[in-house]
Amino acid sequence: MQHRHVTAREWDELAADPEFTALLRARRRFVIPATCIFLLVFLGLPAGLIAQPSLMSSTLPGGLTVAYAYGLSLFVVAWLLLALYLRAAKSFDDRAAAFVERAHAELSK
Amino acid sequence: MTQATLVMFGVFVGIALVITYWAAGRSTSSRGFYAAHREISGAQNGWAIAGDYMSGASFLGVAGLVAFYGFDGFLYAAGWLVAYVVVLLLLAEPLRNAGRYTVADVIAFRLGGSAVRAVAALTTLSVTLFYMVAQVVGAGSIVNMLVQRLDEPVAIAIAGFLMIIYVLFGGMLATTWVQIIKGILLIGATMLLTVLVLLHFGFSLPAMVTAVNAQQLLQPGHYFGGPQGPLDTLSLALALVIGTAGLPHILMRFFTVPSARAARLSVGWAMGIIGIFYLLTTVVGFGAATIVGKEHIGKHVTDTQAIRYIAHADPQQRPQLNADLLRDGYIVPREDSNLAAPVLAHALGGPLMAAFIAAVAFSTILAVVVGLTIAASGAFAHDIWYVLVRRRQGSDHEQMLVARTTALLVGFISIILGIKLRGVNVAFLVGLAFAVAASANVPALLLSLTWKRFTRFAAIASMLTGLIVSLGLIAVSPEVLHEHAIFPLQNPGVVSIPLSFAVAVIATFLRRDKESEANFGQLQVRANTGLGAEL
Repeated sequence: MQHRHVTAREWDELAADPEFTALLRARRRFVIPATCIFLLVFLGLPAGLIAQPSLMSSTLPGGLTVAYAYGLSLFVVAWLLLALYLRAAKSFDDRAAAFVERAHAELSK
Repeated sequence: MTQATLVMFGVFVGIALVITYWAAGRSTSSRGFYAAHREISGAQNGWAIAGDYMSGASFLGVAGLVAFYGFDGFLYAAGWLVAYVVVLLLLAEPLRNAGRYTVADVIAFRLGGSAVRAVAALTTLSVTLFYMVAQVVGAGSIVNMLVQRLDEPVAIAIAGFLMIIYVLFGGMLATTWVQIIKGILLIGATMLLTVLVLLHFGFSLPAMVTAVNAQQLLQPGHYFGGPQGPLDTLSLALALVIGTAGLPHILMRFFTVPSARAARLSVGWAMGIIGIFYLLTTVVGFGAATIVGKEHIGKHVTDTQAIRYIAHADPQQRPQLNADLLRDGYIVPREDSNLAAPVLAHALGGPLMAAFIAAVAFSTILAVVVGLTIAASGAFAHDIWYVLVRRRQGSDHEQMLVARTTALLVGFISIILGIKLRGVNVAFLVGLAFAVAASANVPALLLSLTWKRFTRFAAIASMLTGLIVSLGLIAVSPEVLHEHAIFPLQNPGVVSIPLSFAVAVIATFLRRDKESEANFGQLQVRANTGLGAEL
């Protein structure tokens, strides 16, 4: 299609479009809690070292320290969040594509 | 080391040069040089991100820190992987949709104005240079190990010049392919080394854990010791987890893919590869600690060189050095944690294995430096020269010339700094680069993408605060000033990152910026849907 200049007003109208704001909300509903939970879990490790140093350096059955086991579990947490996000993002993609298609149609009128 | 070593080394470097030459003919425009024409697929880009990230510093540095300090080194590995969660959730897709060539493009997208772009380019240059020095130091360690007669400064200079040649002819396409090939090689080499370590322990993880525990290496606090140790750990953790989201050469990779979906998938690939790589690298580190022992990790000096060294050594050390030479056939004049992986390879697989690991590590460093230099030269040639100085009037040819000149300059500066910092653990140096990136780039980048009210003034204030405070605190930290340190922590992150965020928020409320608010709608639509990204 032929591209033309999109004015600031048109951008604002697109940004206020209900379909777009709903997409934005859906994305935020996933991204914000996921980021917060992730940061809390991650910073739990250094926080634990500050607050409970003896607990963190105590040894678990099998020989790993609590701190080391915590560190290993972070790998699992990261991969888990990745899997969850990749699944959730599929629907975001579909909604974004539908929105872009409609916007193109309206802008070329 | 033998001639076979040097031959293998030469073959590796040569292969990378051929790729560079092939790609040189295809990256004659700035769009090709910076963004590989936006034709890289998600999986390819994932490998390239992983390749960019699994730098010589990660491999050599983490293996070394784990070998010397156990858990505290492992913390680097964990932090570096999980940092991608932040990139994945907050940045990958918006960046791909809103960006063009450089990070400054994104920050200046709606904030506009020359000053924002200039400051963003300045922070990009600083972070990149810091990161690059670490790579040059690592490369110097390797070359120094391979060629006994070389002094370390000479080794660093040679390594640096090889790197410059790559960048001058390559560009983003060459870099992408060098990264992919090197990423696969590095994973392969690390797996091989891991299998050899496990073989040594009869494939029994409990046996290995027992050996590691005999040195207390799973206990926290060996690197970040003393009363402020836990706080040091927190500071590092914060810098690592936020810093990745501010690394220009990683963020730039999202401009090379054709869609937001590809950007997301590339982070997925990268997180899989990087996670496995770091788990393997910790095994390598523990292997070096238990099989070799840290007193043997450093440049091995043999024969006449060793005898000459002992003759000039401190008389009190001479009996010990002589005993070492008799027993092992070599001496280790100075411990160098950067050499843990190659020295372990030598112990497990002989000189050829050591040469293989060293060659892989060196080509790793080459590839990463190329990516870094492109980020740096992009910041200068595109943001400062083309947009600010020439007001978007200069020719593409001219911009490329400036980009290559910048690459040359950045290369020279990092060689000089690398010589000054030789022997410092490279993962530690990279940790500092992450702190600068997290403080100077991340708050402005994140808030400009998500907060309507965020202003031009606030972005500049936050970037400058983050840059100056993090660099300033490093300059007065124990690593630089030793016992005269004014700032007690090794990593400035815990102070500079929150401060930079706070400055960004406060400065935003000080003064409204209607112009920046007016453009927010466009940015939001474009970043979240990709509408207009290809206009």
